[in-house]
Amino acid sequence: MKEVAANMAGTVIQVLVNAGDEVSAGQDVVMLESMKMEVPIASEVAGKVAEIKVNIGDFVNEGDVLLLVE
Amino acid sequence: MKLESILIANRGEIARRIIRTCKKRGIKTVSIYSEADAEMPYVKEADEAFLIGPPPVAQSYLNMEIIIEKAKESKVNAIHPGYGLLSENAQFAKRCEEEGILFIGPSSRVIRDMGDKITARSIMKKAGVPVVPGFDGGLESVEQGLAVAEEMGYPVMLKASAGGGGIGMQLVYGRDELTKAFASAKGRAKAYFGNDSIFIEKYIENPHHIEVQIVADGHGNVVHLWERECSVQRRHQKVIEEAPSPFITDQIRKEICDTAVKAAKAVNYTGAGTVEFIMDGKGQFYFLEMNTRLQVEHPVTEEITGLDLVALQIDIAGGLPIPFQQEDVRRQGHAIEFRIYAEDPKTFYPSPGTITEYRPPWFEGVRVDDGVARGTKVTPFYDPMIGKLIVSGSNREEALIRAEKALNEYRIEGIKSNLPFLREVLGFSDFQKGNYTTQLVQKMNQSE
Repeated sequence: MKEVAANMAGTVIQVLVNAGDEVSAGQDVVMLESMKMEVPIASEVAGKVAEIKVNIGDFVNEGDVLLLVE
Repeated sequence: MKLESILIANRGEIARRIIRTCKKRGIKTVSIYSEADAEMPYVKEADEAFLIGPPPVAQSYLNMEIIIEKAKESKVNAIHPGYGLLSENAQFAKRCEEEGILFIGPSSRVIRDMGDKITARSIMKKAGVPVVPGFDGGLESVEQGLAVAEEMGYPVMLKASAGGGGIGMQLVYGRDELTKAFASAKGRAKAYFGNDSIFIEKYIENPHHIEVQIVADGHGNVVHLWERECSVQRRHQKVIEEAPSPFITDQIRKEICDTAVKAAKAVNYTGAGTVEFIMDGKGQFYFLEMNTRLQVEHPVTEEITGLDLVALQIDIAGGLPIPFQQEDVRRQGHAIEFRIYAEDPKTFYPSPGTITEYRPPWFEGVRVDDGVARGTKVTPFYDPMIGKLIVSGSNREEALIRAEKALNEYRIEGIKSNLPFLREVLGFSDFQKGNYTTQLVQKMNQSE
């Protein structure tokens, strides 16, 4: 199981995948927004999305796990 | 009319800056704040403060009606919009005009005309101000875009008519790219600015961004306060500005400043404003846009001229003439401004959090205009700029020496800041030599 973590603190404005989806390495999975900047978070690994840990509107800190890929 | 009280329709650093001048003048200040900003220093420093809503700007600092309501309730004479937020919103200026509250800035008509880049271009062209070669109207179709681009030669820049601050621009190197970019540029213009009008300009490669500060009163006087070099940018946003520009000659300086005055006269400007130019390596400059407000980088102009721009704005709004003439404006020494951002110094990603330790430098030639203190919570809702360090000296060399000392002494803990990045720029040889363009940051990355 691999973790996809936030690389900046911010609010989750979009979750671009669902549990069970296949993702490729480099694919954007979550969109964060902070201080007037939108930053897409990409999965570093390929695999199947096992669990999404956040909801739209959640505030996450840098390093927080957003989803798990198996 | 003597202004006795002012509501500041802004937050953070610029709200504090305006309060400072008002206190000096014995003018009462009224602050507004969102739930996220209740503990910010500027809220406590104003004579009166009103909570106006929840953190998102649409529900607080961009909510015109609640701001007007608070202005009426506190019986202020005027509203100062600062920069960003509602400062260049023609509708807000108009609402103030309707309510009989002075808007500290130009008329809503001027804000509207200069806010639309196509209109601004055509006004400037008519007035004999050089504009970047391009097409003056909104583009109807991709075919039209292709025809215009071919005539000018690539590369070209697609721009949103209502855009600004580098947002809504797309650089295109050829026919296929333009065909692909056209629809997405239109779509993004619509999404960001609610207006899908786009136009094409010739792309000036490796340019300088030079702007001229002007002030104009309601009595026909327009005076320039020299130029600023604003070419150090990251993410198309300025990070370091200096005055005077180390790049231009006295001959170009005279031409560009005179042109800015001509531009301001062409729109019957009143208040403090900035005419932005893009300049190529040969010193050929073109009108880019006009900012109809006080700017973030106004302190470098204040430092080299000894003038208080906020005080000038207040006097002009009150109907007074500018108290000096062009030949009285002195230019002395050199000033450099560093924007302090709550962001990762490598990725430039925002870094909100609580400031656990805050000690700005304090010695001769150093000015810090900031909006935070130890214990301030920097929230994710607003711009990451938390302050500005302005250093000045009798010449650029002295300013650079002071900058190094000041950046080394500045302490910010608890959040990430761009201080390490600013130190890196300062140490980069092109910056030291004053020989840099808007590509400086990219050049630094390449040399790593």
